[in-house]
Amino acid sequence: MSGLTREDIDYILRLVDGSDFEELTLEMGDLKLELRKAGAPAPLAPSAEPASTPRPAPAPATPPELTGEGLEVPAPLLGIFYHAPKPGAPPFVTVGDRVGPDSVIGIIEVMKLMNQVTAGVTGLVTEIVAPNGEMVEHGQTLIRVKPD
Amino acid sequence: MPRIARIFIANRGEIAVRVIRTARAIGIETVLGVSEADRDSLGARLADRAVCLGPAPASQSYLSVGAVIEAAKGMGCDAIHPGYGFLSENRDLAQACADVGLIFIGPSPDNLAAVGDKLTARGHARDAGVPLVPGATVATTEEAMRLADELGFPLLIKAVAGGGGRGMKRVDHAGELASQLDLAMSEAAAAFGDARVYIERLVTSGRHIEVQILSDGMQVLHAGERDCSIQRRYQKVVEEAPAPHLPDTLRAAILEAGCAFARHIGYRSLGTVEFLVDVAREEFYFLEMNARVQVEHPVTEEVTGLDLIALQIAIAEGQPLALSQDDIGLVGHAIECRLNAEDIGNNFMPSPGRVSDAWFPSLPGLRVDTHMQPGAMIPPHYDSMIAKLITHGATRAEAIARMRDALRVIRLEGVRTNAPLHAAIMEDAAFVAGGVDTTYLPDLLTRMDTTP
Repeated sequence: MSGLTREDIDYILRLVDGSDFEELTLEMGDLKLELRKAGAPAPLAPSAEPASTPRPAPAPATPPELTGEGLEVPAPLLGIFYHAPKPGAPPFVTVGDRVGPDSVIGIIEVMKLMNQVTAGVTGLVTEIVAPNGEMVEHGQTLIRVKPD
Repeated sequence: MPRIARIFIANRGEIAVRVIRTARAIGIETVLGVSEADRDSLGARLADRAVCLGPAPASQSYLSVGAVIEAAKGMGCDAIHPGYGFLSENRDLAQACADVGLIFIGPSPDNLAAVGDKLTARGHARDAGVPLVPGATVATTEEAMRLADELGFPLLIKAVAGGGGRGMKRVDHAGELASQLDLAMSEAAAAFGDARVYIERLVTSGRHIEVQILSDGMQVLHAGERDCSIQRRYQKVVEEAPAPHLPDTLRAAILEAGCAFARHIGYRSLGTVEFLVDVAREEFYFLEMNARVQVEHPVTEEVTGLDLIALQIAIAEGQPLALSQDDIGLVGHAIECRLNAEDIGNNFMPSPGRVSDAWFPSLPGLRVDTHMQPGAMIPPHYDSMIAKLITHGATRAEAIARMRDALRVIRLEGVRTNAPLHAAIMEDAAFVAGGVDTTYLPDLLTRMDTTP
């Protein structure tokens, strides 16, 4: 069997995280995986959707680009996605908010059980992708976050 | 009467494809719930929509009642077909469907409770006047020892909550009772979340014969019997209909006992009542009722001409059966070989991986139920059954001859399969003579090992 599963990549990420190395390049047949730690001097964080055009060197310019780029935060389980803790309440996050790995970005309801969803990354929210109150499947993109 | 417009299929593999086939034929849309490992499966492509329930491990996808219910509702489905295995006999799913207004294409929660637990099912069998193998439930080694003294060895330990052969242990003498009991209880706890076990006398020379039940709640019909005696470690390998060399009086008694059990519990759906049959003594014992479509349902379809999935859907819609017992006739003989991705030369180790080539051409009397095609991935997370070859002939000999042809012609490359074992069975004199019991396949494997 060849190829890497998501679990494999998560495992490799944990290994790299716990090591002194700043980056890792892994090549297996046709597959090439490049990982760099956040804060490492590198142009791109690991992304499921590499930018199609090379981006200019990150200038310290403001405001940050809020055009729907960045990492996709996937639904950890299937259910109904809610933007806010209860109807009428302000949403957990909006575009332009800064989130950390443990920031709650929404709730997924599965048969009346509410599951908090966290961002899992540090950065700026660039897009709320999944609509409020609708079913999301496992792995569906909920929001996008531009990592620091 | 509610007509189903869109079915959510909570299963995978060949049975998902089988349900899609009938749904398309009768004009019902399908949504298939898949795990991450099955996103590119044939079923996912054939269904009108596929939705990812969760990660590859079944506990987080195919066994998640919550994900299945939310997905079915979110996709606008009005019914759930559970296939076999996974949640097919799960009372919680059937109840959750009832609670949210979805049609469960299967029996009622009460029916599932009546048959889901071996003890309850035995109680119903006794009340229905259906014969039982002597046995009882045990909680401790001491209780097991006392029961063993009464019953005598060999014994069979079964999980109360079990099915499909998991958690079953054979015990030949008192010395191994304690260790096998521990093993059975821990397996039962791991597989079913219920460590209770049941011990019964092992009837060593028996045939496994089961009755296909069709009931709309008013009329309980049978669609004949199937012989599933060719088993390895309680897993069926070859099935056929009708059961060969079964005396007419015994056949009639078994079919009537199956119907009596289903009538007694007020069963309404497609189901199967399994019996262990001692042909020499003309005796038979109730084993269990499976409240779902069986893997081996195609042999019944081939000899009766019925579409059992279509009937199951119609019953779930609340339609009365448009059949009487006299309308169900049997024509010829059908045999099914279960092709598993396993290495028979290496102790039947599963052989997952990518299928490089898959070719199942049409042959006279051959039906293939499969989700395999070139490039298909067989994930390591699930059952190893990847295709069912079903042949039908005017006679049993013709069905066997057609199966031999099919096994020579079809190609399934890239993974190891048990096709060579099926070829050996189809050539074996005892199988060809017909009427073998459940000791047959272990014996054949021993003979194959010792034959150079």
